[in-house]
Amino acid sequence: MAEHDNKKASFSLRPWRKLWPVLRQRRWPLIGAIASNLVLAVTDFYLPLLQAEVVDAFILAGTLAGLGNYVMRYLLIIATELIALRLYFASCMRLEMLSGHDLRETCFVNLQKLSLDYYNVTSAGHSLSRTMSDTDRIASMIAWVFPDIIWGFAYILGVFAVMARMSFSLAMTLILLAPVVTLLTVYFQRRLIALNREVRAQHSRITAGYNEGIMGAKTSKTMALEDRLTREFEETTGKAARAGILHGRMRAIYVPLIVCCGAMAASATLYRGGRMVLSGTLSIGVLSAFTTYALSLFQTFRQQANRISQMISQQACVERVADLITEVPTVRDSKEVEARYGDCFHPKMENWEEMCGEVDFDDVSFHYVEGGEEVLSHFNLHVPAGATVAIVGETGAGKSTLVNLVCRFFEPTGGRVLIDGRDVRERSQLWLHSHIGYVLQEPHLFSGTIRENIRYGRPDATDEEVEAAARAVSADRIAAKLPKGYETDVGECGDKLSTGEKQLISFARAVIARPKIFVLDEATSSVDTRTEQMIQQATHTLMSTTTSFVIAHRLSTIRQADVILVIDHGKIVEQGTHESLLAQRGAYYELYTTQLSAQERG
Amino acid sequence: MKKDNFKKKAGLLAHHLRPAASAFALGISAAILATLLRTLFTQIIRFTVDTVLLGETGALPAFLSGRNAGMLLTLACTAAAVVALLEFAVGFVQDSSLPKGSERFVKSLRDALYTHIQRLPYSWHVQNPTGDIVQRCTSDVEKVRSFIADQVLELMSTIFLIAVYMGVMFSMNVRISLVAMAFVPVIIAYSVIFFGKIAKHFTEADEAEGELSTVVQENLTGVRVVRAFGRERDELKKFREKNKKYTDIWLRVGAMMSNFWTLGDLLSMSQVLCVIVLGVHMCVSGEITLGTYLAFVSYTRQLTWPVRSLGRVITEMSKVGVSLDRLLYILESGEEVRPAAPQSADLRGEIRFEHVSFAYEEKPVLRDVSFTVPGGSTLGILGETGSGKSTVALLLARLYDPDAGRITIGGVDVRDMDQQTLRRGVGVVLQEPFLFSRTLSENIAIAREGATQEQIEQAAQDACLTHAISEFKDGFDTVVGERGVTLSGGQKQRTAIARTLLTGAPVMVFDDALSAVDAKTDEAIRTHLREAAGDATLILIAHRVSTLMQADHIIVLEDGRIVEQGTHAELLRRGGTYARVAAMQSGTGEEVSARG
Repeated sequence: MAEHDNKKASFSLRPWRKLWPVLRQRRWPLIGAIASNLVLAVTDFYLPLLQAEVVDAFILAGTLAGLGNYVMRYLLIIATELIALRLYFASCMRLEMLSGHDLRETCFVNLQKLSLDYYNVTSAGHSLSRTMSDTDRIASMIAWVFPDIIWGFAYILGVFAVMARMSFSLAMTLILLAPVVTLLTVYFQRRLIALNREVRAQHSRITAGYNEGIMGAKTSKTMALEDRLTREFEETTGKAARAGILHGRMRAIYVPLIVCCGAMAASATLYRGGRMVLSGTLSIGVLSAFTTYALSLFQTFRQQANRISQMISQQACVERVADLITEVPTVRDSKEVEARYGDCFHPKMENWEEMCGEVDFDDVSFHYVEGGEEVLSHFNLHVPAGATVAIVGETGAGKSTLVNLVCRFFEPTGGRVLIDGRDVRERSQLWLHSHIGYVLQEPHLFSGTIRENIRYGRPDATDEEVEAAARAVSADRIAAKLPKGYETDVGECGDKLSTGEKQLISFARAVIARPKIFVLDEATSSVDTRTEQMIQQATHTLMSTTTSFVIAHRLSTIRQADVILVIDHGKIVEQGTHESLLAQRGAYYELYTTQLSAQERG
Repeated sequence: MKKDNFKKKAGLLAHHLRPAASAFALGISAAILATLLRTLFTQIIRFTVDTVLLGETGALPAFLSGRNAGMLLTLACTAAAVVALLEFAVGFVQDSSLPKGSERFVKSLRDALYTHIQRLPYSWHVQNPTGDIVQRCTSDVEKVRSFIADQVLELMSTIFLIAVYMGVMFSMNVRISLVAMAFVPVIIAYSVIFFGKIAKHFTEADEAEGELSTVVQENLTGVRVVRAFGRERDELKKFREKNKKYTDIWLRVGAMMSNFWTLGDLLSMSQVLCVIVLGVHMCVSGEITLGTYLAFVSYTRQLTWPVRSLGRVITEMSKVGVSLDRLLYILESGEEVRPAAPQSADLRGEIRFEHVSFAYEEKPVLRDVSFTVPGGSTLGILGETGSGKSTVALLLARLYDPDAGRITIGGVDVRDMDQQTLRRGVGVVLQEPFLFSRTLSENIAIAREGATQEQIEQAAQDACLTHAISEFKDGFDTVVGERGVTLSGGQKQRTAIARTLLTGAPVMVFDDALSAVDAKTDEAIRTHLREAAGDATLILIAHRVSTLMQADHIIVLEDGRIVEQGTHAELLRRGGTYARVAAMQSGTGEEVSARG
């Protein structure tokens, strides 16, 4: 988040340049916005001139001759301004919406391509705020702030030019004040940006405080922590209030100071201009135009400073989005593979081979972090199609590694993983993934009905097939209990269902995919014993015909596996069948006895 | 009814405005003064033009008459400069007081919400989705803040501005004032109608944004599912559809807004033109002076913006009612009732459940449950999901009150004790414990201020957490929940166990607190637990037999009733539910699966 980045307050074009390929698609509204804004700058500095004209031409001359003509000219200006204004608003609105749309889509598309190592170190919340709010801010900056900065410069220059033409010596009074105001602005904006950063940091602390106080409420109640947390929260809000007041005070010097500069400039103009009028070298009309300019000029300075500091303070958010859309996935299909099999959005299914489900690890070595410890080294294993591989070991022992490699979520750092005798890298990720059925420890569903969630495994499945899959894993009981049956909405992330129910549905989703490779990643640890039994019976048939990888920390599930791998601290320490491993009296034997015969000992 | 509600909302605002009152009063006075000074400034220019430059000395006060024009010009300009300086001073007071007031107001409101939420009963937290409550405390509070700080003040200052300008303008000339002011109600009405009409599109846009955000969020949290099933195409399709919907709504709103602003500009520019044309006529016919004319043009121009934003402010204001309702919902939920004269009890004494029944949302959870746990002993409770086993822990810590029967510790009904003392004495470890976003050390020590590092490390050791902690780069100083460092379910549970062990509470309840821990660690913790807990009374709740088997006494719950009790050995011999579950879990139960 911007609040946490302690980036220097300076502007750099580099991250903007990275966004340019996306933004250039909308260059027409951008050009429209800038062009119309330049026209507006002209009408804006011309209007006071036009208004001042009446003083000399009619009032002091004491005649109404030519007034009709004057009104016509005025109306012409109004018409020009209105046309430009309409174009300006329309362009900016379109620019904001469309470039926001494009940026969001670019982020989302890249997020679909990024590998799991990215997701392992980046929280979903972080990616979400990049895709949603950061892109929004960038779009609104491009649409409203950037064209206005150009307007500001054009307006200021225009005003100076017009004034210099009318009376050079009087214009000098105002021009001399400009550097003073600029210096003041730079001085204050620096401080305001810093104070504003503090305000935002405190704000995110308050939000975090609420998150804790509300999500953790059950825990804090059980531990009687209410008073302590309240005290801490009050400290946080106190700090936030102080930061806000400090920022307000700094602004309270700066803004009136600029207004005061404008009024002083107007007074000075009035004085010098007044003398010139008295000596007959300046008309009153011109003088009144000057005082109008003096009052508005320094306001424009202030707004301009505001816009520039907005661009600066949003720098971090531009960088975050630029990083996201240029992040390169670590696992990607080669050009040849993509040409033959298509990418993940445009598959060429006509070229896809059938999969049998034979998996080979050929001299595979692997480590997660560059230079980190090797978790697999020169590992070899042949898994015939239809075989079951069980992976056991303690929590956090790295049991998911093999599965990650089979699914090509990661690629081996040495050796090859072969599917049906060919390197996984020779075919597209989508081809591989379309043949996998995966059940995770923490089931994840999508908003929508139960039916839609099961069908996620294979979108062209018929209603009958969906229901058959549900029956196969006893998930039909869930639908039967609910008034709307399969059409029941499961809520955001499936929140309206219990963990056990979600798990059964995610089993049905995997079953309907008709996978050639079936992965159970500690899939039954969050369900109770009775449900677990049901699932085991249901998946028995599927597992006997499909290549399966079963990760478990409970051993009762895996005794029938064709091969059991025992993992400790990320390394395979034993390998064999249930019987042979028991006979070895090694790590597996120890695990098995602690877990199972403990009850007899007790 | 409706009026009553309005009174409540006003009362809520008034209450939290109290600490901000002085700052707001000062700020508003300064704002009024600033408007007057601005008017004065324009009047000085008018005076300069008419009296000094055009020499119409008739209106001069006595002490100035007879001075020459140069002198008068110097005087007028000095006066203008002095007014400018005064404006600066007043502007400083205004701009620094108003944020001060609004910060004080919002602090008071935030603190009140937080304190109240902390004091709401456990059941309230179970019933109310956390996301929604956080939303209320952040964005609804922000809406109320902006209502007070921006809208109310802007409304007040605009109305005051219009009043002052009207007064000054009418005092100068009635006819031209009527023309200048004629546009004000038109512009206000126009904006109110427009913003009222566009409001429903804003709601639509908000909903569309929510839908879009949900698609992205679910895609990100479910990334493994998306990848494993190769569903990127469908995800992109879903996203595109929502992204388009959201963008289209805004494009429509955008088109409406452009028309509105353009038309608004047409109105205000015509207004200025009317004033000019009429003003010129009147000047030439001698009805008003040049200075007056210039002042009129200046006032008209200064009124344009505030008047136009008035419409927006008025519509925005009508929205705050919804936010206030949402906050009142929280603030009006009843806090826990604390006993008037709490009794103190020996928490190390015997725990008794006497014919306890409890229903949750009219669904019976516990039915006539009675048991006794001698002080310092260990009780195991076995049950499947939904058997009511967790409720036992919640009732004991008085997070809920039983519907019938009573619960005593050391002979005193838990309802007669002070909740805080009770809960500090009964350490409950939940199945899904919450860790605070601070360091692991601080998390473990959170319920015992002033714990030494040694004690913290000992507690971590007892909860078999030391090894896991040593694998983090920052060890005990690892901040929980920050990018990259997320704890597994088992690690969280063990941290919660360490946290409770450290309190040294006389009663400790572990509610399925080892469900996500692997078998080996589970066993290691269990063997340490009795020793680490000292002479505390222990209650272990689980659906795994292995967790409970060392308990002194075990009760088996099914559908809220005790169906069996005894020691592990006794229950195995009995061959009932307990023995069946034990067989199923040991995997030696082929005959069982054939049966079930």
